[in-house]
Amino acid sequence: MSRSAAATPGLGKDLVGIEDLGARQITSILDTAEPFKEISERRIKKVPTLRGITIVNLFFEASTRTRISFEFAEKRLAADTVNIGASRSSVAKGETLVDTARNLEAMKIDMVVMRHWASGAARFLAERIPSSVINAGDGAHEHPTQALLDMLTLRDHLGGIAGRRVCIVGDVRHSRVARSNIFGLLTLGAEVGVCGPPTLIPPHMRELGVRIFHRVEEAIEWAHALNVLRLQLERMEAGFVPSLREYNRIWGVSRARLAAAPEPLLILHPGPMNRGVEIDSDVADGPHSVILEQVTNGVAVRMAVLYLLRGGRPDKAEAAKAEEVA
Amino acid sequence: MSPRPLWIRGGRIIDPAAGVDAIGDLLLLDGRVAERGGKVDGPDDAQVVEARGLVVAPGLIDVHVHLREPGGEHKETIATGARAAAAGGFTSVCAMPNTSPPIDDPASVGFVVAEGRRAGGARVYPLGAISVRQQGERLAEIGEMVAAGAVGITDDGHPVMDSGLMRLALEYALPFGIPVADHPEDLGLSHEGSMNEGLVSARLGLVGKPNASEDIHIVRDLLLAELTGGRIHLQHVSTAWGVEAIRQAKARGVRATAEASPHHLILTEAAVEGYRTDAKMNPPLRTDADVAAVRAGLADGTLDVIATDHAPHHYDEKESAFDDAPFGIVGLETAVGLVLTHIVGKGVIDLPTAIERMSPSPACAFNLPGGTLAPGSVADVTLIDPARTWAVDPTRFLSKSRNTPFSGFELTGKAVMTVVGGEIVWRGGG
Repeated sequence: MSRSAAATPGLGKDLVGIEDLGARQITSILDTAEPFKEISERRIKKVPTLRGITIVNLFFEASTRTRISFEFAEKRLAADTVNIGASRSSVAKGETLVDTARNLEAMKIDMVVMRHWASGAARFLAERIPSSVINAGDGAHEHPTQALLDMLTLRDHLGGIAGRRVCIVGDVRHSRVARSNIFGLLTLGAEVGVCGPPTLIPPHMRELGVRIFHRVEEAIEWAHALNVLRLQLERMEAGFVPSLREYNRIWGVSRARLAAAPEPLLILHPGPMNRGVEIDSDVADGPHSVILEQVTNGVAVRMAVLYLLRGGRPDKAEAAKAEEVA
Repeated sequence: MSPRPLWIRGGRIIDPAAGVDAIGDLLLLDGRVAERGGKVDGPDDAQVVEARGLVVAPGLIDVHVHLREPGGEHKETIATGARAAAAGGFTSVCAMPNTSPPIDDPASVGFVVAEGRRAGGARVYPLGAISVRQQGERLAEIGEMVAAGAVGITDDGHPVMDSGLMRLALEYALPFGIPVADHPEDLGLSHEGSMNEGLVSARLGLVGKPNASEDIHIVRDLLLAELTGGRIHLQHVSTAWGVEAIRQAKARGVRATAEASPHHLILTEAAVEGYRTDAKMNPPLRTDADVAAVRAGLADGTLDVIATDHAPHHYDEKESAFDDAPFGIVGLETAVGLVLTHIVGKGVIDLPTAIERMSPSPACAFNLPGGTLAPGSVADVTLIDPARTWAVDPTRFLSKSRNTPFSGFELTGKAVMTVVGGEIVWRGGG
């Protein structure tokens, strides 16, 4: 349930989901990310903002890009980081999530960035340890920093979010990226659509105010921007779509389909891409794709989130980036 | 050895099977009701219970409880479950056979019967499995299990996915006079779900169980009961269309009985918000429309009995991510309070009807003794204080387990004394 966030831009202890954030909080994070973008352009990509803070990246699901993005964000703020991957952690020995949490608490960790296969795992951890918990993806539920970097990218290119039409294309049913984007875009006043085969689009999304398209041509005609989701092989194996080939033939975002749009669409993708399945290479590498910019924005957004959760003031972010590392 | 005579004086005797609702005395002798109603002249050696202000009801019967023994003794045992039942005001319970190993032969039925007798709480009547090992492939030794004391058969825990097997069970059970109880669920539609399929599951990123998965098996079971002339008992009905299907089938003369649980009469899927595993059970909590239909079904008798589906789970197991937590909540020690406060108290049914749904009706569904206080009946009695206010405190449960979404609920109405066979097996206020 959303906590009303009208009064304060403060984030509280954790970032568990976009659904918990109000418009002012989301805007505050995006605004705070702007000055942090510049740090990644410097020769010495570091400011001492989080010096002495310990952060654990606790990844129960394999992830390269998100984990590295967080690690860069943490190191560029001078924090001390430790990575725990599921295969090396004692989860493999059967330690429960509760005990993992308690052990982290006992080690006096300041912040935990967690990715887990179960929806609700981030909230579960946040309720049990005093450290700040940042959700790096919990099951099919939310991936808040992804949605934040998506919204930052959209804002940069569309000049704003309110009133813009953004369509998420692909496997919405199983996607935490889709959910976080839907919650965030709706909160900021965008018109949100989802598009894909009916087996991958939960009909109840309509009740959130989301438009449902079952044909990608209609979505392209309607939208200002597409956020294209990866279609996983498991979905075909589970029978949600008959084959990846058919998925590409009917819902694939191709240059030919995009050419029919009245104005060029902005193309986003959270990665990693299945080239030739949900998106064709000439689109992914084309002039309207902002996919690589999303990655760059990802580090800045994560720096902003870490900064704000440690009590950093949004109006001081500009000054923070000016500090030199001793 | 006979218990001392028990003379319960001045209570409001509600005996729905006999149409009695009046202030009066009740005398229990030699394990039977000797006299009911009016002023009774009790023997000198009788134990006297002053029941002014209390409701005196035929012993309450819960036809759907999981006692976890054998195999799950860390959650509950037959003894702790029988005593928890008594503390909740129940004089009889029907124990589900999905234990480890399952109750699928006369020896294990006999074990449950013997353990129940030793427990000194509510009477324990086992149900036997429909199929060997509850695997849904071939019939268990139903006749032998009935001879050993089983009062019905069910594969609960699991649905019976093979309609051919359900048909065989309904036919085969006929001469033994027992109902076939079913957990109606089409696993093809629901096996990955952990809550109701709807807006909440879509927002939380959880796979849901749609109403259709329950409705399809409810309708199937009713049609098979109609085909065979058998007796079907539909467990924990939670869907609006399910209630309507039962209503229509009964109107056609199908021999069906059906349960409503307190939680499906009170809570919706909103209780799951925040991934609360104490609100995770199967069938799941559904929508306002479903709750309204279950209430209406209870009121007009489409749903014959209130049964808790008492499903104890250890704290460690429920203290996990939502998908990993087992399904189920305890119910024996909260049922009376919840029914009086949120069902009778909200005007869904009146108190005599509530007692009807919790005593004579379950007794009838499973051919159990009791359900009435007519002279000559077994001396199973429940005394209820309808005005007692209390807050649900799971740390005070007699059950081994604490998994309830009702912790902290302020309730009005509580069982204060439970009598089985003329013996007081539980007495308490707090």
